[in-house]
Amino acid sequence: MPVHYGSKKLNYFTVASTIASQLPHAVGAAYSLKMDGKDACVVGYFGDGGSSEGDFHAALNFAAVLEAPVIFLCRNNGWAISTPASDQFRSDGVVVKGQAYGVRSIRVDGNDALAMYSAVRSAREMAITEQKPILIEAVTYRVGHHTTSDDSTRYRPLEEIEWWQMARNPLTLYRKWLESNGWWNDEAEAELRSNSRKELLKAIQVAEKIEKPPVGDMFTDVYDAVPSNLFEQEKLLQQTVTRYPQDYPSDVPVRAVPSS
Amino acid sequence: MWGIVGQRACRHGSSAMSLQVTRPVIHALRSFSTAAKEMTVRDALNSAIDEEMSADPKVFLMGEEVGEYQGAYKITKGLLEKYGPDRVLDTPITEAGFTGIGVGAAYHGLKPIVEFMTFNFSMQAIDHIINSAAKSNYMSAGQISVPIVFRGPNGAAAGVGAQHSQCYAPWFASCPGLKVLAPYSSEDARGLMKAAIRDPDPVVFLENELLYGESFPVSAEVLDSSFCLPIGKAKIEREGKDVTITAFSKMVGYALKAAEILSKEGISAEVINLRSIRPLDRATINNSVRKTNRLVTVEEGFPQHGIGAEICASVVEDSFEYLDAAIERIAGADVPMPYAANLERLAVPQVEDIVRAAKRTCYRSSSLAATA
Repeated sequence: MPVHYGSKKLNYFTVASTIASQLPHAVGAAYSLKMDGKDACVVGYFGDGGSSEGDFHAALNFAAVLEAPVIFLCRNNGWAISTPASDQFRSDGVVVKGQAYGVRSIRVDGNDALAMYSAVRSAREMAITEQKPILIEAVTYRVGHHTTSDDSTRYRPLEEIEWWQMARNPLTLYRKWLESNGWWNDEAEAELRSNSRKELLKAIQVAEKIEKPPVGDMFTDVYDAVPSNLFEQEKLLQQTVTRYPQDYPSDVPVRAVPSS
Repeated sequence: MWGIVGQRACRHGSSAMSLQVTRPVIHALRSFSTAAKEMTVRDALNSAIDEEMSADPKVFLMGEEVGEYQGAYKITKGLLEKYGPDRVLDTPITEAGFTGIGVGAAYHGLKPIVEFMTFNFSMQAIDHIINSAAKSNYMSAGQISVPIVFRGPNGAAAGVGAQHSQCYAPWFASCPGLKVLAPYSSEDARGLMKAAIRDPDPVVFLENELLYGESFPVSAEVLDSSFCLPIGKAKIEREGKDVTITAFSKMVGYALKAAEILSKEGISAEVINLRSIRPLDRATINNSVRKTNRLVTVEEGFPQHGIGAEICASVVEDSFEYLDAAIERIAGADVPMPYAANLERLAVPQVEDIVRAAKRTCYRSSSLAATA
C-alpha cells in the first residue's frame, strides 16, 4: 500500500491504514521512553478526521494520566475526503479537545514554517523536560484532491482551493522570507528544482531495474522465525510453479526460504 | 491476470439504468428468452437500497462518504439527493461510534444500513457488531431485535496490502445471532440486499470491490421492486455430475471458469454459489456431494478456520460414505496479503488452482506430496 513506509533506523513506525490507531501506539512508545529515562519523545501525526476516532480519545486520556512525553500533531486541513470539518466535529477545532483531556495544547498557523518550527521545538523541550504530553493543532488547507481518483471540485468551490493555493501557500511564504533576507534567489530555486527532478528520475530508473520479490518473500516475516506449516506451503508453491510454469508469470524468482 | 475480466466470455455492456458509464458499450448479440437487460453489481446494490428506502421510511443509511461523495465506491450514488441528509448520514471518522449509534437506532425501531468503507475497518467496531447487535435479541429474551445491515467491500481487492485485503466471512459467520450474506451476481446483490434490509435480525453483507463494475444479465423478475431472495439458500450456478465446487463472492466467477476448462477435459463440475454463509445451506451442499461424490471448496480468505473448513466438517459429518476422494480446500495463503503485485497474485487462489484440485479429486492428477 503506498505511503505505508516505516524505518527502524529512522525511528519511524510503519504507517497503518486504520485511522488514529497510531495515537495509542505513540503513547505506549512514549511510556517506554519514559521508563528508560531517554532524552527523547514521540511525535504522532494525524488529521482533523482522526480526532473523531475512539483511539484519539483513549490516547490523549492515557497520555495525560501516564504523563507520557508525546507530541500529538494534528494537521487540520479542513477536509476528510469530502467531509468538511463542520461535519466532523462542532468543537472549536482540535485544540480544545486536547485541553479537555488535561493536555497542554496550542493552535498554530500550519502554513507558517517558522511558526511550526518554533512550536514543535518548544513542544519537544517541554515534553522531555516535564515528561508531559503536548497537542499542536496546525491549521492548514488541503489544496489537493484526497487521492488521484478524487475530483474535489465536486464537493467544494474551485475558488476556495485557488485562494489557499495562491495566498497561503507555505512554500511561497517561506521562499519570500528567505529571499527577503538575501538567502535565496531565482537561480537557486531553478537549480534546486532541476537537481530534485534529476534525483527522482534516477531513483525511478534504479527502482525499475530491481528484481521482483521472490516467492520466498511471501512467507518470511509473518512470524520472527518461519514456522513449519509455512515452510511446507512455500515448498509446495515452489514445486507447483516449477511443475506448471505455463500458469505463472516468468518474472517470479523461485528461491528457497531458509528453514527455521 | 485478474480472471474477472475474461470470466464472462465476450459480454460487456452497460445497462440503461446505470447512473454512470463504467465500460464502453459493446453489445454482443445473444438471445436469452428472459434476460434482456444487463446490470452492474454496483447498480444492483444502489437500486435495491433505493427501492427499500423508498418503501420503508424507517430505513436510513450511515457511513463515511456515503452522501456528498456518493459513496467511496459510488454504491450510494444519488441517494443523498433523493432522500436528504436525515436519511443519508455522512459520519465522522469513527467506526466504533457510528456502529454503536446504528445499533442504538435499531434497538428503538429504525432500520439502519451501516457502511464500512471496507470490512477491514469493521474490526474497529466489532464489539458493537457482536456484543451489541448479534446478542441483544437473545439477551433480551426476544424483546429487542436489531434490524440492522452492515455492508461494505470484503476480501482482497487489487494492490491494497495487508490491512485492506482480509476476508471477514469466517469471523462473522462463526457468531450466532448474525446472518452473513455474500452476493456474487447482480441478481444476488439485488435479492440479498433487499432480504437483508427487510430482515429483523442483524445482517453482515459482504460485497466485493472488484465485482462492483461487473455486469450480469437480469430478468424482469429481478428488476421488480418486490424481488427478494431467501436467506440461507445456495444457488447451483452450473449443474454437473463429477465434482462439486463450492464458492462465494468473486470466487464463484473463478469456479465457473474452472468448470468450463474442466468440461473440455471431460470432467463435469457442479458449481454452488453459497450466497449465504450463515446460515449455510448444508442441504444443498450435501445433496450435491451425494450426487458427485467429490468436493472442492474455494475461498479467498485464510485457510485455518475458514468457510471451507466448516463445509468439510459438514460433509464429513453428513455424507461421509458418499465421498470417493478426500475433500480439497482451496484458500488464500496463510500470510498477510503481500503488497508486491507478483506475490499478491500468488497469495490468492487462481483458476488453475481450482482446476488442479478438481482433477486431483477425480484421480486425474496426483498431489505433489504423492509424487515427492
